[in-house]
Amino acid sequence: MDSIKKILGIVWLVLAAFILYLGLTVLGIQKLTSGKQEDLVFGIIIVFILLPIVVGGLGMFGWYALQGEYAKNKR
Amino acid sequence: MSQQFKNQAEHDAYVEEKTKNSSIWSVIMASSLGTLIEWYDFYIFGSLAVILSTKFFPADNPTAAFLSTLATFAAGFVVRPFGALFFGRLGDMIGRKYTFLVTLLIMGFSTFLIGCIPSYETIGFLAPVLVLILRLLQGLALGGEYGGAATYVAEYAQPHRRGYWTSWIQTTATVGLFVSLIVIMVTRTSLSAEEFDSWGWRVPFWISILMVVVSYIIRRNMKESPLFAKAKKEGKTSSNPLKESFGNKYNFKYVLLALFGAVMGQGVIWYTGQFYAMSFMQKVMNINAEQVDSLMAIALLVGTPMFVLFGWLSDKVGRKPIMLIGMLIAIFAYRPIYDKMFKLGDFSAKQELTEKAISLASVNVLEGAKTDSIYTSEKYYADGSYVKEIKTKHLENGKIMLDDKGKDKVEIKITKTVDSDTKWTLALLVFIQVIFVTMVYGPIAAFLVEMFPVRIRYTSMSLPYHIGNGIFGGLLPAVATYLVTSGKEAGHAQWYLEGLWYPIAVAGVCFIIGLIYINGKDKAVND
Repeated sequence: MDSIKKILGIVWLVLAAFILYLGLTVLGIQKLTSGKQEDLVFGIIIVFILLPIVVGGLGMFGWYALQGEYAKNKR
Repeated sequence: MSQQFKNQAEHDAYVEEKTKNSSIWSVIMASSLGTLIEWYDFYIFGSLAVILSTKFFPADNPTAAFLSTLATFAAGFVVRPFGALFFGRLGDMIGRKYTFLVTLLIMGFSTFLIGCIPSYETIGFLAPVLVLILRLLQGLALGGEYGGAATYVAEYAQPHRRGYWTSWIQTTATVGLFVSLIVIMVTRTSLSAEEFDSWGWRVPFWISILMVVVSYIIRRNMKESPLFAKAKKEGKTSSNPLKESFGNKYNFKYVLLALFGAVMGQGVIWYTGQFYAMSFMQKVMNINAEQVDSLMAIALLVGTPMFVLFGWLSDKVGRKPIMLIGMLIAIFAYRPIYDKMFKLGDFSAKQELTEKAISLASVNVLEGAKTDSIYTSEKYYADGSYVKEIKTKHLENGKIMLDDKGKDKVEIKITKTVDSDTKWTLALLVFIQVIFVTMVYGPIAAFLVEMFPVRIRYTSMSLPYHIGNGIFGGLLPAVATYLVTSGKEAGHAQWYLEGLWYPIAVAGVCFIIGLIYINGKDKAVND
């Protein structure tokens, strides 16, 4: 099980990168450049607050998993 | 009925258990009432958003509209996690009791004051600024409240009943939503439409202060949590809870695990069952708001005891299996449930009473010029269903205005009233979703509390909770609406189900992480 946890760490890192790409291209940049003030606020919140938390957090989780931090003997 | 005991020790254990139960009930009542009020305060702002926007955020003023958007997003997404950090730190340093007394007062006074602010017409730009500040304070207070209440109750509870006792705190978010709907409904029906629009909308905000005073008096007389009091007496409290929680890899990896392996999935399931279901019926199915409110209230009311049931069950079989089973069922059930809901709103196969159908055409005139052509049609059906459609064509110089794509600028508003059988079927389908909510949310307070040590518990559990719910859950309406709109524009046959991919994907990832990484065996809270 510990090796599965480690291997999946790569999956979480890739997923974090994918969310960053989706967040920027699909939601963030579109909202920032729509010209509507309502979208601008939402875009700023997505790009500068939500994405760093979600992507950074999932990336850290993946990194810790890859390093074996969630292995049984590390508890 | 008298109780029989085999010996004195059994008798003493029985008396001790009874005494503990009676004292914990007062702890639960004091904690739950305050948390319920905080949720009530937070929801009435959302429930009265339409009327608040006319009073404080006029759409024709761009700065006011900007402040309105900020108030909506910032309080829900951004400020809650900051409240969790700020008050979590205080709670771990000076105590749970004093901290959640402060959050209660901040929330109560902010809510009351929102009800006192003169409108934009009276004091101008200052009105939306004051509302924004008070709304942000509400978000901060909410961020600090939940962790305190859950920790406080958990640190009082007997180990084998922690899931059961903390599940009472879990009912408060749903009951707070329910109470806010009821208070607004009663105020609306007790006043004329003009009175409610003029000053009646302020009443739900004013009522909050009465509830806060009662709750404050009850909470003020409570003692500090026994585990925290012991830690403080022994000098084992943290001097820098933020650093210990998030700067220490050993603890931080559990904060991340709590977020991505439990709270993230719980957040989206909570928002899907309680908010997306409501907005789906109103905006995608076009069912009238009163019917939706009433069937939501029924589903929430009937579903609320299930929080306690699953909290209790988590003491028997563990927190992890119940939360993960709830997530798994939700993942596979959402699409069939919403497909069924959507089809219930399809009236094409119903028998129409053509003799009762009404069609009207009218125009809006401003300073002698026609501005809108309005076509109203009403259709009645044999089973009691009814549809009203209002088609508005905007005119300029007598010609229909064109939209960005060069097509006629036409607004269509459809309002459907469903028959009684359909209403009950919809209530049942929402109730099923509320069961998923109770499975993932009922045990989660106990789960989070058991994950972190007493010296940094308040801080460590509050942040993942508010990121999971505020960010992952709070994003659901925006992302789901985007997916539905994109699906519709792309011509997908089941475009109305596209919005569900967000909760399904988030809950799916959370399920896998929870299943593989969470060890559900640690139930100690006095470490």
